[in-house]
Amino acid sequence: MSAVIETLEAMERPPVSMGSRLEGELLEVSMGPQHPSTHGVFRMNVALEGEIVRKLKPVFGYLHRNHEKIGESVSYLGSMPYTDRLDYFCSMTNNWAYALSVEKLAGIEVPERAEYLRIILAELTRLQNHVSLLGFLLNDMGAWGTPLMYAFREREKILDLFESLSGSRMMCDYMRFGGCRVDASPEWLARAKKIVDIFPRFVDELEQLIVGNEVVIARTQNVGKLSRDLAISTGITGPMLRACGVNYDVRKVDCYGFYPRFKFRIPLGEHGDTYDRLMMRILEMRESVGILKQAFEQIPTGPIINPKVKIRAFRPPVGEAYGRIEAPKGELGFYLISDGGPNPYRYRVRPPSFINLTILEDMCLGHTVADVMVILGSIDIVMGEVDR
Amino acid sequence: MIGTGILKGMAVTARNFVGSYFDKERLITVQYPEERNPLPENYRNFPFLVYDGDDSQAGLRCVACKICEKECPPQCIYIVKSDDKKPDYMGKPQFYPKVFDIDISVCMSCQICVEVCPFEAIKMDKDFELSTRERFDALLMRKDDLAKSNDYYRRISPTDAAEVDRKLTAAAEAAAKKKAAAAPAATKPATPTPPASNEPAPTRASS
Amino acid sequence: MEGLEQIKARIEAAVPGAKIEILQNASPSQQHSLKIDNQHAGDVAKFLRDDPALRLDFCSNVTGVDWLDRTVKKTVKVKKVIDGEEKEVSETTEEKITGYLEAVYHLFSMSHKHGPVIIRMQTTDRAQNVCLTSLTPIWRSAEFQEREIFDLYGIRFDGHPDLRRILMWDEFEDHPMRKDYREPDDYEYEPTPHDEVLEKAKGHYVSRPELDGAEKITTQT
Repeated sequence: MSAVIETLEAMERPPVSMGSRLEGELLEVSMGPQHPSTHGVFRMNVALEGEIVRKLKPVFGYLHRNHEKIGESVSYLGSMPYTDRLDYFCSMTNNWAYALSVEKLAGIEVPERAEYLRIILAELTRLQNHVSLLGFLLNDMGAWGTPLMYAFREREKILDLFESLSGSRMMCDYMRFGGCRVDASPEWLARAKKIVDIFPRFVDELEQLIVGNEVVIARTQNVGKLSRDLAISTGITGPMLRACGVNYDVRKVDCYGFYPRFKFRIPLGEHGDTYDRLMMRILEMRESVGILKQAFEQIPTGPIINPKVKIRAFRPPVGEAYGRIEAPKGELGFYLISDGGPNPYRYRVRPPSFINLTILEDMCLGHTVADVMVILGSIDIVMGEVDR
Repeated sequence: MIGTGILKGMAVTARNFVGSYFDKERLITVQYPEERNPLPENYRNFPFLVYDGDDSQAGLRCVACKICEKECPPQCIYIVKSDDKKPDYMGKPQFYPKVFDIDISVCMSCQICVEVCPFEAIKMDKDFELSTRERFDALLMRKDDLAKSNDYYRRISPTDAAEVDRKLTAAAEAAAKKKAAAAPAATKPATPTPPASNEPAPTRASS
Repeated sequence: MEGLEQIKARIEAAVPGAKIEILQNASPSQQHSLKIDNQHAGDVAKFLRDDPALRLDFCSNVTGVDWLDRTVKKTVKVKKVIDGEEKEVSETTEEKITGYLEAVYHLFSMSHKHGPVIIRMQTTDRAQNVCLTSLTPIWRSAEFQEREIFDLYGIRFDGHPDLRRILMWDEFEDHPMRKDYREPDDYEYEPTPHDEVLEKAKGHYVSRPELDGAEKITTQT
């Protein structure tokens, strides 16, 4: 790490007001929606002065399918497979957040083994999400292909685990109210343990590949700085918030699931720039590996689903509940209002990547167009969740 | 020194490149379709209807109760219930689906139909090579396309199928026992042997 | 964290004139909420954010809810004198509640790590008076979420810096998350075996050339 700081001091970024021929004239450019590094169909209307961003307005809605309206027109159980499609990288955590909210709404207890399985799957999801984010981020910075393929290779192993457990690689639809759908066999757990055991080797390699790389440092350090107070006010959550040095992790704050039983630390950044956000993902992966190792040791035997919960004609009592979990991208919450019927009266998703985008303009102002892509990449958005 | 970070990264790339020739962990791609990874047993794709015996229509376990149609989140199942009853595989007169369609261009493979089915009649298939040249009719699976034998189900997911078979036999035995217990109590003679599948069902004959 | 009654009392002391009501939530989640009035919303929100004991600096979730006109039946046992005799009679009164739109804010504290405190604001009706005070000046995280509510529910937020449609396109007219929203019949339907959609699809494909396979759609018999 010391070498990194040395190079940081040795290199100085050119001042942003570097003379450009178009000084004084604003040029409006529409970036996206079909831009390869907007991670889907996302558009930004950018006003440029030369190459410097002076104004940036995000435009949403290209993938809008009114997920919440669909949620109000299908039964509680019927929404579960739809939640897979919100953030299609992390269907397991989406499932968990929704199941948790319904369990709060109806007061359902979850058996111990199911809680452990949920933690294992959520942390595996975090690993594969952060891995692919790093790959994509490097892709955006111009390291075309290679790091992304390394990242996808590791992600593939975890997706194979998901597939052999739930039947689908990405649209897992694994959790049910009061537990999980299928039990993990001892062979599956052994296989998962093996993959998790060798995962740090890959994280080391990835770290070696990017952490000290001068190009990465030049492209990320001091780019898209976010102050602590602004981050709190704008409701940023997840690794992005912690990169600004705010110690707030729903796993620690809400103590949902069995997280209090696990020993893990919350990595915190110092500068709140893109480099910190990148490092935050690497450090979180290491902590996730730690949680997984503990979970494989502690997982008890027993039932995986609460037998009192009916699968058909499930009607929670009248009322409302807001449940949230720490998804890989931030705080994922579901707000449900029940009128006693089979469908929720109101079904609301609090999508972390949508709210994390509130800050995009502030972070990009004064940077070049090329930096916009890096900053956007470091926010970690998935349009399925942003547009819903 | 500037450049060491890049060199370190190059070392990683070189290790991965050379390693891909020797280490299976570093090269996990396969040359589809010549090479294939084995599908996991839990893999699911689209639903199909299970039938017992040889006749793909008479042996259908589905009794057109329409629970799956109701519970299907994207509403891709379409069932028309029959007006009459036909003897099923066991010879018991049952309603049957006159039309059973699944629009697999709408289906999202969520498996809820399988979970809610009380008759173990609908199960998830593993066939994923389903590309067609047409968007609409070719992706609409009719009853004939959906019906697949129990042997097929046993082949694609042996563990689940064994579990289902065990459950069904247990239920059948329990029903037989109950019947046997009820038969001496009633003055009626024992129930006649089940009619052959080509004979008209009793309800139909009476109507 | 202190209880809602205490918070309510403290708000009323700090913001003179504020009308606060505690709405009970019967569900096992036990998340009760504070209904605040529109005039004092800004001050109340500021108090909640800046009060050293509460410090609700993180507005996590902002959402709209649409409540249609409804009648609530209430059965009350009343003592009445009938034929000179006092009897207990249950009377059913029907109360008509006009529909309204509601904005719900879930507040947490990042410094004290407590929450949620739920505050709600209600409009007077669903058609004309749909203005509420924007809380974006207090919590910037409400910026996009209030825009989303404006887009999908049609609540106008006074004081919002940039109140435009966010998910639907600018020319769109209705508010799709409202309960009485009917979708326009102007897009292409994929023919599926369902009756209703199939009928609509046939209607849409009547004038279409034979190329797109429309002639193959037949009703199931």
